[in-house]
Amino acid sequence: MTTTDNRAPVHMGMPTRLVTVSVDEREVSVPEGSTILAACDAAGEDTPTLCYGDTLTPKNACRVCMVEVEGSRVLVPSCSRRVQEGMEVKTDTERVRHSRRLVLEMLGSSVDLSTTPRVADWMVRYAADPERFGPPAGEQFDRDVHEPGEHHLPDGSTAATMEQPVKVDNDLYVRDYSKCILCYKCVDACGEQWQNTFAIQVAGRGFDSQISTEFSVELPDSACVYCGNCVEVCPTGALSFKSEFDMRDAGTWDEERQTETTTVCTFCGVGCNLTLHVQDNEIVKVSSPHDHSVGHGNLCIKGRFGFQHVQSREDRKRRND
Amino acid sequence: MDLKFTDAEPSADEREAVDRLIGVADSGWYGGERAAEDHRRSFGGQSARSRRDLVLEALHAVNDRVGWISPGALNYVGRRLSIPPADVYSVATFYALFSTHPRPRRIVHVCTDIACEAKGSKQVCADLEERLGPPSAVAGWKHSPCLGICERSPAALAVEAGDPAIERTLGPTTSHEVLQALEIGPAAVTSEAAATMAVPQAGQDGLLLLQRVGAVDPESLTDFVAAEGYSGLRRALELQPAKVVEEVKAAKLLGRGGAAFPAAVKWESTAAQEATPRYLVCNADESEPGTFKDRAILEGDPFSLIEAMVIAGYAIGAERGYIYLRGEYPRSLRLLRNAIEQSRAHGYLGEDILGSGYSFEIEIRRGAGAYICGEETAIFNSIEGYRGEPRSKPPFPFEAGLFGKPTVVNNVETLVNVPLIMRIGSTAYAELGTGDSTGPKLFCVSGNVARPGVYEVPFGVTLGEVLELAGGVSQGNSLQAVLLGGAAGGFVRPDELDIPLTFEGTRSRSTTLGSGVVLAFDDTVDLPSILVRIARFFRDESCGQCVPCRVGTVRQEEALVRISTRRDDDPTATASDILLLRDVGLAMKDSSICGLGQAAWNAVESAIDRVGVLEEST
Ligand SMILES: Cc1cc2nc3c(=O)[nH]c(=O)nc-3n(C[C@H](O)[C@H](O)[C@H](O)COP(=O)(O)O)c2cc1C
Ligand code: SF4
Ligand code: SF4
Ligand code: SF4
Ligand code: FES
Ligand code: FES
Repeated sequence: MTTTDNRAPVHMGMPTRLVTVSVDEREVSVPEGSTILAACDAAGEDTPTLCYGDTLTPKNACRVCMVEVEGSRVLVPSCSRRVQEGMEVKTDTERVRHSRRLVLEMLGSSVDLSTTPRVADWMVRYAADPERFGPPAGEQFDRDVHEPGEHHLPDGSTAATMEQPVKVDNDLYVRDYSKCILCYKCVDACGEQWQNTFAIQVAGRGFDSQISTEFSVELPDSACVYCGNCVEVCPTGALSFKSEFDMRDAGTWDEERQTETTTVCTFCGVGCNLTLHVQDNEIVKVSSPHDHSVGHGNLCIKGRFGFQHVQSREDRKRRND
Repeated sequence: MDLKFTDAEPSADEREAVDRLIGVADSGWYGGERAAEDHRRSFGGQSARSRRDLVLEALHAVNDRVGWISPGALNYVGRRLSIPPADVYSVATFYALFSTHPRPRRIVHVCTDIACEAKGSKQVCADLEERLGPPSAVAGWKHSPCLGICERSPAALAVEAGDPAIERTLGPTTSHEVLQALEIGPAAVTSEAAATMAVPQAGQDGLLLLQRVGAVDPESLTDFVAAEGYSGLRRALELQPAKVVEEVKAAKLLGRGGAAFPAAVKWESTAAQEATPRYLVCNADESEPGTFKDRAILEGDPFSLIEAMVIAGYAIGAERGYIYLRGEYPRSLRLLRNAIEQSRAHGYLGEDILGSGYSFEIEIRRGAGAYICGEETAIFNSIEGYRGEPRSKPPFPFEAGLFGKPTVVNNVETLVNVPLIMRIGSTAYAELGTGDSTGPKLFCVSGNVARPGVYEVPFGVTLGEVLELAGGVSQGNSLQAVLLGGAAGGFVRPDELDIPLTFEGTRSRSTTLGSGVVLAFDDTVDLPSILVRIARFFRDESCGQCVPCRVGTVRQEEALVRISTRRDDDPTATASDILLLRDVGLAMKDSSICGLGQAAWNAVESAIDRVGVLEEST
């Protein structure tokens, strides 16, 4: 522990050294401590990522961003490995393409990726064929019961999936774990990285793992405070606003028709920024800019979900009476 | 942190089980009775939170007492240790020995793993299924991965919850014995098998690591000391710590846990770290199918591990060591506890050891049925009270290991070589074995051999010689294949018995020594079915963290089931499944986070490419 001296000059931080690495035989310089992903970005490479989150410590669990690094026995997760001077990175070798293709095939065959942005493009880019593992095994109703170390032996005629009933247990957001890639982002956002509420965790083991509350109690019985910070970081749409979920269900969700307006939350004096997603003059969901210095993409229940009053206009009130 | 629990309350038994471990709650803030003064004081929860590492032990306490972990018990554990209930649940549901739904007090875990399958476990299970219905916690019997008693295949572990819980290993077992264990309780069915059953060489002259097994009482410190016990420690304490490391380096001791990493390099880099405290972790999780050598030491010569750990701790400047013991080794637990207590009482452990000024403590942590916790970083998470998921490296254990501090992880067998090195000196030690694989080595010989067990030989003998020591394959049958190194290892052919069992010898023949498994399959065994069992093992034991392993192990199992049920009916379909296996296998090897996923395809690949197991169908 050091004591702070108020009269001490303000510390500006050391100027960062630049590190030069080669990405696909092109030299790029990035600040020391950058990830390989940042170097790939600098080199103009478009690297697929799923579990990486700009506001979270990398969990490097999805393994879709793997690259080849000279001298490494195995491939390396670009989203979390730091660059070192002289590193030689390859992003498009046979091995890299193989791994990325297989990871996409494995995810595509086990998870509903229909609302995961960009993944369809990557499937094309890597010629992934998720259907090669056989027809999906269908909905399971016991994924919340955990008996680790024991599973029903498959007969090989179908491919096991995450498919399970949607969890709708509150009016604010919906959990559709058929779409969950187990990226841990919601767990990290709810836990020590942001919210410190620890309402959800990964339960079970291996393929039978599942994001869960204790004994999978419904959210209203759990510690959840409905900050929606998990929804904010979910890369697949497994977590979504109830409003979005209902509109998708009704076939009325249309992002093309939506506008986004960033404003300051009016509920208290902290100054979080909100982005209102509006379709047909109705707020359909609220997100928060990740690069804003106050909230870093996080909000509380009021900023996130407390928008109904804005649109309780006269005509609507009458309709609801 | 503001914790929110459901209303479920613990039963008196559950509360008592937890309290006995961590003491009675002194305030309503930690799950005790809420007293009037509690309304006028508050705690940051820091002191309780620092005991998160007790969560696994607390869950064991409840599970041992009542047989499962109820919502009330889970809440109580969370309250007492200041851990959110979702977190406690995530830990409890990670381990196969715990149940989060009600189950009977008596439960039998029947091993269906490879050595046991080679010796008839399928029949045992078929009989049980007929009598009890399909395996499940509720039905009172479960399938289990290798229980580490392969020399007594087919094996089972019978458990009866209570105070104290009773745990007995059965083997070679029958469905009749399992049913009896369920009806009249494990204690009435069997007593503990003699430790020497695992060591056919027990009592022979010339043994170095197994010298005391069967020759001394494993509960007696006096016996241990009379048989050169703690003389290695006395010698070590005469030297500077750095000199001890030097000796181990000169002895060229390589890790026996599977990775064959030089022990002295780990020790040196850990000792060189400025951060303190430093930790020593003894990896006694021994869960690699076919491996049971560490158990032979723990049950036959437990004091030797304590001696070894004190020396290692001294060398790296650690003040505390942990033994991470697999949960299915009840008798090792009892013997180690005794060894620790007695050693402490006689000045070999604790404060100012043998007047040297050096102090060292050892704690035992029990695993709870998770192979992955033997991985060198998963073991940290498990000890710290988190899910046993491997961490990504870097940082490496020597920089940031247990509790974020510099840590050495060593296997039991690796460690017990250390007192020997101290005793006979590095020069004499390095003369044993070959130039690159020094010292004695334990092999776990099981499957279809006449005398399965742990065998000690100097490095350098061939595979054929080790099989011969164990009496060779049973009369009238011929050898079909041998699995070296366990489920993460590789198969070799019966015409390759000249492979030298050294690190360099196996490497040059493109196979591995792994953890010292030599598992023989004769021609009565259905190898495709063994491959399915291996795939099932990895699918069950994957922590689930990374996609290639979590999904890849599932796809691998599905494809192998297809191949093995289809047999020769449709060679084209099988060829395409083998291609699929290769694709999935390569992605697992290249892109998984840890050694489990990276090795999950090794054995299957070698069976296909080296032994030609699926050949007739391609
Ligand atoms: C999935 C997995 C399981 C492992 N299980 C064990 C084990 O049960 N016991 C063990 O000693 N090493 C095990 N290891 C190896 C350890 O990671 C580590 O290399 C070893 O404990 C180091 O000790 P050593 O250098 O003395 O061999 C395992 C590795 C992996 C990847
Ligand atoms: S809404 Fe907030 S508190 Fe609730 S689970 Fe998500 S992150 Fe946690
Ligand atoms: S729910 Fe979303 S954020 Fe959470 S693990 Fe699944 S995909 Fe990731
Ligand atoms: S390889 Fe398997 S066991 Fe290892 S971290 Fe990944 S999922 Fe877990
Ligand atoms: S984005 Fe890098 S591992 Fe998931
Ligand atoms: S005890 Fe059954 S395979 Fe080891």
